Parts: sequence; structure tokens; C-alpha cells
Amino acid sequence: MRKTTNQKAWWLVVPVLLLVAFNAFIPLMTVVNYSVQETFGNNAFFWEGVTWFEKVLRSERFHDSLLRQLLFTGMIISIEVPLGIAVALSMPRKGPWVSVCLVLMALPLLIPWNVVGAMWNIFALPDIGLLGYTLNSMGFDYNFTQQPVSAWMTTVVMDVWHWTSLVVLLCYAGLCSIPDAYYQAAHIDGASRWAVFRYIQLPKMKRVLTIAILLRFMDSFMIYTEPFVLTGGGPGNTTTFLSIDLVKIALGQFDLGPAAAMSLIYFLIVLLVCWVFYTVMMRNEEQ
Amino acid sequence: MAIELRDVSLRVGAETHIYETNISLEPGQFNILLGTTLSGKTSLMRLMAGLEKPTSGGLFVNGENVTDIAVQKRSVAMVYQAFINYPSFNVYDNIASPLKVAGLPRKEIDEKVRRFAELLKLTPMLERLPNELSGGQQQRTALARALVKGAELVLLDEPLANLDYKLREELRDELPKMFADTGATVVYATSEPLEALMLGGYTATLQEGRVVQFGKTSTIYRHPESLASAQVFSDPPVNIASIEKRGNTAFLSDSVSWNVPAKLAEMPDGAYKIGLRPHHLSPDGDGVEVGGEVQIAEISGSESIIRVIIEGNDWVSEAHGIHGYEFGQSASFFFDSSRCLYFDANEMLIETQV
Amino acid sequence: MSRIEFKDVRHAYPPPAGQAPVYALKEISQVWEDGGAYALLGPSGCGKTTLLNIISGLLTPSEGSILFDGRDVTRQPTAARHIAQVFQFPVVYDTMTVFDNLAFPLRNRGMPEARATERVTEIAEMLDLSDRLHQRAAGLTADGKQKISLGRGLVREEVNAILFDEPLTVIDPHLKWQLRSKLKELHQQIGVTMIYVTHDQVEALTFADQVVVMYDGGVVQVGTPVELFNRPKHTFVGYFIGSPGMNVLPCKLENGQPVFANNLLSSGYPADADLSGKLEIGIRPEFVGFGDDGIPVEIQKVEDLGRYQVVTVKHEAEQIKMLVGEDEAIPSESPMIQFDPENLHIYHDDWVVETRNA
Repeated sequence: MRKTTNQKAWWLVVPVLLLVAFNAFIPLMTVVNYSVQETFGNNAFFWEGVTWFEKVLRSERFHDSLLRQLLFTGMIISIEVPLGIAVALSMPRKGPWVSVCLVLMALPLLIPWNVVGAMWNIFALPDIGLLGYTLNSMGFDYNFTQQPVSAWMTTVVMDVWHWTSLVVLLCYAGLCSIPDAYYQAAHIDGASRWAVFRYIQLPKMKRVLTIAILLRFMDSFMIYTEPFVLTGGGPGNTTTFLSIDLVKIALGQFDLGPAAAMSLIYFLIVLLVCWVFYTVMMRNEEQ
Repeated sequence: MAIELRDVSLRVGAETHIYETNISLEPGQFNILLGTTLSGKTSLMRLMAGLEKPTSGGLFVNGENVTDIAVQKRSVAMVYQAFINYPSFNVYDNIASPLKVAGLPRKEIDEKVRRFAELLKLTPMLERLPNELSGGQQQRTALARALVKGAELVLLDEPLANLDYKLREELRDELPKMFADTGATVVYATSEPLEALMLGGYTATLQEGRVVQFGKTSTIYRHPESLASAQVFSDPPVNIASIEKRGNTAFLSDSVSWNVPAKLAEMPDGAYKIGLRPHHLSPDGDGVEVGGEVQIAEISGSESIIRVIIEGNDWVSEAHGIHGYEFGQSASFFFDSSRCLYFDANEMLIETQV
Repeated sequence: MSRIEFKDVRHAYPPPAGQAPVYALKEISQVWEDGGAYALLGPSGCGKTTLLNIISGLLTPSEGSILFDGRDVTRQPTAARHIAQVFQFPVVYDTMTVFDNLAFPLRNRGMPEARATERVTEIAEMLDLSDRLHQRAAGLTADGKQKISLGRGLVREEVNAILFDEPLTVIDPHLKWQLRSKLKELHQQIGVTMIYVTHDQVEALTFADQVVVMYDGGVVQVGTPVELFNRPKHTFVGYFIGSPGMNVLPCKLENGQPVFANNLLSSGYPADADLSGKLEIGIRPEFVGFGDDGIPVEIQKVEDLGRYQVVTVKHEAEQIKMLVGEDEAIPSESPMIQFDPENLHIYHDDWVVETRNA
């Protein structure tokens, strides 16, 4: 459909442009500015070129936190997406239970992130927390403040608890848009439950799943508050993800140059992964 | 109001949706746009409404150029194929909505709403919500909303397509009557030739973004200027065949021939095309006899629709009475040669009737 | 293939709490002969889709039983009934090719691949889909998709019946006609029972050997298109079939013959007695003609429909529609109309009056 050419409409975009400029563009440029210079305060800057980038890319610390980050994101996506689909499939499509399920599902999404971290911190404490105490009394040696495996497990479970609902809600919306005739036709064609899922439900959910994976990828890649409140990045550095590391460098050590370079690299990784993923998914769509 | 499209065309990217079109609609006229899906009916309507701006050319209302005037400022109403009503308003408020926007006094609104509800037989369900209505009633509500505005141009985009056959028949009968009193210029898009005939008025036949012919509905049906126009305005499809004209005789094959009208006899010998409406080809009677192989015969109560291959052409006969055939059966068919439409090499009609 | 029989089937959807059930389908006993072409014709909400879903097993009726070749299948699931169904909106498996779509029901039933390929090729040939077998099904037009839906039913050799639920709704008019002919052709070639639900009389009459006319949850008449046209058993059938529908006019009876507004008429189907109650005559517009004598009328409207003209005339308060040939002249001065006695029917409380004399 052709759009009407009315130049006046541009004026309506001006407030947004201004907002974006102050919100995103100017801070981003500041970061770029810091990433290529060295400063010792007093607004005195010295040109450094790509030194910070080189330093960050060669630093073992960055490699480690990037690896941790990728592992974490990979883990939560591979748990949350199948789990979300499974929950969405088992939710009722009609009747009074629909709204009950939807409200229950939406609940974790409404809790502020730092509260989620604090909740799980208390919940998992080995001596007084319900989860920690139960696990220990069942004979598991569990202490997330000291054992890397326990800390990881708790962080992942917390994220799954917090965010699977988002995947569920998106998938559920996708499922609800499939006309009844498809199920009836599949029934008549003698399709198995698996075939119905594989050839009807999954293709019809593809778009929402793409969105769900993208959202979960971006969100989990930038996760900060919950693990910071839960473990503070420990024990040691075992749950120090990229953003936690970044804050440590920028605010803890006040190394603004490397921190800025790291932010930019971080930003580019997210952008690149999203772009590749989206392009691949959409290309499949067209074929 | 009088509407005129002068050299209007519409291109989107590399695609041409409407080729240069000139058409002029008189005030109070009932106009039909007839064509298949994607023939440009909806695009043409959107141009008339002002929802689309033409790539070239201009739109004139009562002689005034309105090409650049926003759609909100024009006196236009539109009804779509899907039943579009405000779901949370009852029928009364749905009909009243354009009047409330216009800020009419409450008493006048009430009077108008009741008058149009009566006209569209909606009075008993004024208090109901749209989803408590049948499809026909929902579409009546949408129509009432379009009418109550008193718009001078009413555009109806296949408004009956989603309704039951019988309901469609009733509304088709009522529609021209409803509009006759309002004095509005109506444009009605449809893909069904029979619907166009039932509605009467004026028809524009459309094909692939071109207005093929425009004029009185019955004239277009009886005197299609081109083969394309005849094809658009025929259901089942018009029977087409190539003939060879020698002197005053037309040859469909070596064995089938007939005398042509004087006008055609005077024209040079050679290849021409004929068009014959399916109801002019009959399994009995007299006239030119042709032999064919029956593909399939469908019987609809009082009539038979027979698909038959005649001299290599896929033809259809729509005949009175019951005619049963086996698949592949040989049979004779007859037509009155004066019913033939003759077309020249450019597929334009040769006017043979005096 | 088999003969499908309905025994006293009734169905009511679960009513809102505290209310008596409303039957969407009133009691029906009906036999669908093996290899027949049936149409279920009626307006929206008459229960025809309910009936179709009961045959396919998507719905279990509240009362009565369904027999396939004498075997009770009332409680059997769809898959066990060997029924194929084509829906209003085409259902195709978007991610598969046309070939895989057609092979899907066969593969689900574990047919060897070689045999399935053979079968699919054969059916694709019949449906003119051969050249598109390896395209993605999602890319086809509506009529192509609807052919695939049909094809998925046709490939199965054990199919008892193919059900159609308004299959031409989304098809363009000029293609409707082709697809309809294709269906009819396939029915003649394959001979499988086909049951076709529609509100469109043209589709029903041209497709079916036997048309089941439904109205308000019940069957009002079952018959061939010719029977339905020539002697409608109920005024609804007269109105619903034919375009325009039958004229239904109030009358009285005198010695079994109808009197319409003081005009004594003659009917080929006189009543055996002078009944009381609601009495009407029914005459199709096709069988009303102008004459030198008869009922004087006033001409109200002439519509030119190309093939014929529809003339609306008025006698006293009654409107009568008549069909007149395309070249036939319409009398301008004191026109009079006549009814063809052989096609004049008498209705008592909406049902046709049976006669012993006929």
C-alpha cells in the first residue's frame, strides 16, 4: 500500500528524535569518546586510538566473562524455550481456567529484578532458606555462596523461574491463532500428536518463537541485577557475567577507557548475533 | 456529487495497479465495478475515496480538483466486505457514531438513527451488540452507518460477499432502492456478473488494472466493446471460437458455417473471433448445428449447465430443462447465429446489430 | 467405502447452566448411499455443519446412532471412521511441499514410500497438480490449496466418504465454476461418497444427485435437484431454492382448488378436502406468464438480468415475481398473468398438501 506523501508528518517525529538523541545517541557517543582516549580527570584527554580495544580483546578476564556469558545464555535459552513451549501446549485453550493460568504465568514478570535476586538469595540460603535447607537436609551438599556449581545452578534456575513465563505467553498467543480446522484436518489425516506439533503448531509458532528467542538472548546477555543481588558475581568470579565485569571495571577500578571499549565490543556482539539470527530465520520464511 | 477521474493512474514501486483511467460518474448514479480479484476494483475505490493519491492525473468533484484534499474533508462513506462495527457499541450507537462526531443535536441524531434503522430493518435490534447479530444484520448496521452520514459518495467494496446466498439476493434487491432516495453517488465493487445485472445502474468492467468499458449495465452486457469486456461480464464464461470469414459466410470448421451480418460481410476476409453467451447455446432447437463431446453436465433444478468441447473449443451451454449426459458422450448443440458477437483481430467488437 | 446411516440422531450443545437444551439438530434419520453425491443445503445456523461434524466424528451426538455399513460408529473417533474432510478455509501444511502434503495421510498410516509415491502421483494427475508437486504448499493460490486439501482425502484408498464444508467460500467466482466441475468429474471417476455442505443453492444443485434441505435444525426435504425445483414440500424449500424464490401467496380452497384473491385457479395437485388453517399457493416465477386473460396486475419493476427479465407485478396487496425471456415483450396496457396449473402447489401450514388424485 502506498503511503500518502504529506511532509507535515515529519514534525510529529521530532519529539521522538530528540528523545532518542538524548537517550541513546549522546551517551553512545560519550562511550565512543572514552573508548579511544585516556583521562586522568579534570577533563584532560589523551588520544589512545585502538589501544583499549586491543587490551580488552587480549585480556583473559574478558575472555572468561564472555565465555561465562555465552554459556549462561545458551543454557537458559535451551531450557526456557522448550519448557515455555511445553507449558504453552499444556495450557487450556478455552474455559474459566484460561485467565487463571495467564495471571499465574504473568506473575513472575511483574516482580522487580532486584526483588527477584533478593528473594532467591533468601530462598536458597543453605542454613535458613527453604530451598537451601531442604536440599541440604535431603543429603545434597548445597551452598551457593561457596560452591561454583551450586551458584550457577541457582542463577540458572532463578532466570528460568523469572523468564520462562515470557516464552509461554508468546507461544500461547501463537497457538491460539491457529484455526480449529487445522487440528481437525490433522485428526482426519491420522497425524500423531508429534506430527501435529511438528507440522502445524511449530510452523505457526515460528514468528513468535523468533521474537521470544531474540528477547531472551538480549535480556540474558545483559543480565546484571539478579545475579548481582544473588551472588555478587561469586564465589570468586564464577558468576561474573559480562555486565557485572563491566561495572567492576568502570566503577570499581574506574578504568573508563577499557570499560568503554568493552561496552562497545559487548554492544556489537549483541547486535551481530541478533542480526544473524533474524536474517536466517526470515530467509527460511521466504523460501 | 459528480466524480471524475482524469488520466488517473496508480503505480506502487515497479507495479502498476491502475493504468491511466478516465471515468466520470454522474450525481446520484449507482455504479458497479466488475472484475476478478486483483483487477483493481479496490485500488480504484481507494483512489475515489482519497485514501490513495494517484501517481498521475487528478480527481474532480463537481468539476473541482480535489486530488490534494484530505479524505476527512470529503463527503465519503465506505463499507467493506468484512463486517466492521464498533464491537462495544450497540446497533443504535453504531449508527449514531458518525453523527455524534459531527456534533449534531441529540434530537436530530435520534430521528435520523431511527429512520435509517427502519429503512434497513434494524429497529427490533437497536439495543443489541454487533456480536449478537447475524452476518446480514451486522452488514446492515455497517450500511446504516454509511448512509446516516448523508455522504455524497458511498463506496461499497463487495459488501455482500460474506453473506448467505439468499440474504445476498434480498439485500441486492434492497440496496439500489435505499440509495435511490438519498441522492448519493454509489460505487459498488463485485466479482459476480449476475450481481451486477441484478443491481442494474452503470457498470465498469475491469481487467488487470484497466477499465475496459463503462456504461449502462445492460448495454455493457449486450454490447461489450471488446472480448475482454465480454469475458469479465459472463458467468459461466462466454464461449469463444476463432472463425474464418469468406465473403458473407463464417466458417467455424469446414462443416459448420453460417451467413454473417451485412456489416461483417463488407469487411475483409480472414480470421475473426466470435463470442456466444452460454444461454444462447442449446441442446435442442434450431439454428446452426454443432457437434461436440460432452465433458460434464450439471443440473440445477430448472436448468442444465453442460460443458462441451466443440471444434476444439471449451464451450458451455446453459439450457432450460433437464439434460443428462454421460462423460464423453457425443451430442449436437444449436445456436442462433444472430446471437453471435463478432470481434476483429484486436478483439474489438464489430457492431453488427442495427 | 460404505453406506452411512443416521438413526434418530439429535444433538444439543451444552446449554448455559439452568437452561433447557436447545437442539441444534432435531431428530434425523437419513441414509447416505455408498457412492452418492449429496449436498446439505440451508442458511447459516440451520445445523448443517453440526451434522457434518457428527458424520466425521468431530462431534458425538447427544442422542441416536450412526452406522457405517450397519456397524455402529457413534462413539468412534474420526481416525477410525476413514473420513476425509475439506474445510471452508484451505488447510495445508505450510512447511511441506505439495507432494509431502498429499503423502502425509499415507505416511501417517505407515504406507510404504514407493506405494505412497505412486498413489500421490496418480491423484496429483487427476487434480492437475502434477507440475507443482515440488513447490512449497504455502505458495499456492486459494484454489490450489483447496485442491491439496481435497487431494489429502482422495489419496486414501480406504476412505468411506469425503465431506466438504463450504469449500468454495474463498475461491474467486470464475474459478469456483472450474473447481465445481472438477469435483463433479472426480466424483464420477472415483465414485466415493461425497457430502457437500453449502448455503449456496447453485453449488448444491449442480454438485449433488440428492440434496438435503435443512431449516432450523431439521431436514425439510430430501430429493433430486429436479424434485426440489418442481415440487417443493415446504414453502421454505420453494423460497430457498430458485432465484428468485417461489411466490407464496395466501389462498382459500374451494372443492380442493385454490382461490387467490377471488380468482379461482386450477392446480394439478388439488387438495382432497377443503382444509382450514394457514393456506397458501406456491408458484415459481418461471411458471407465471402473461396472457390474454387471467389475473389483472400492475407492473412494478422490470429487471434485466441478461438471460431473462425479472418482472415484479402486484395484484391487490400481493407482490408476484415472474421470469420473462430476454426478448419477450412486456404488455404495457392492462397486463394479466396466468399460473401454470402443473406447477401450482397448495401449502397447508407451510407443508405441501398431498393429493390422491395426482
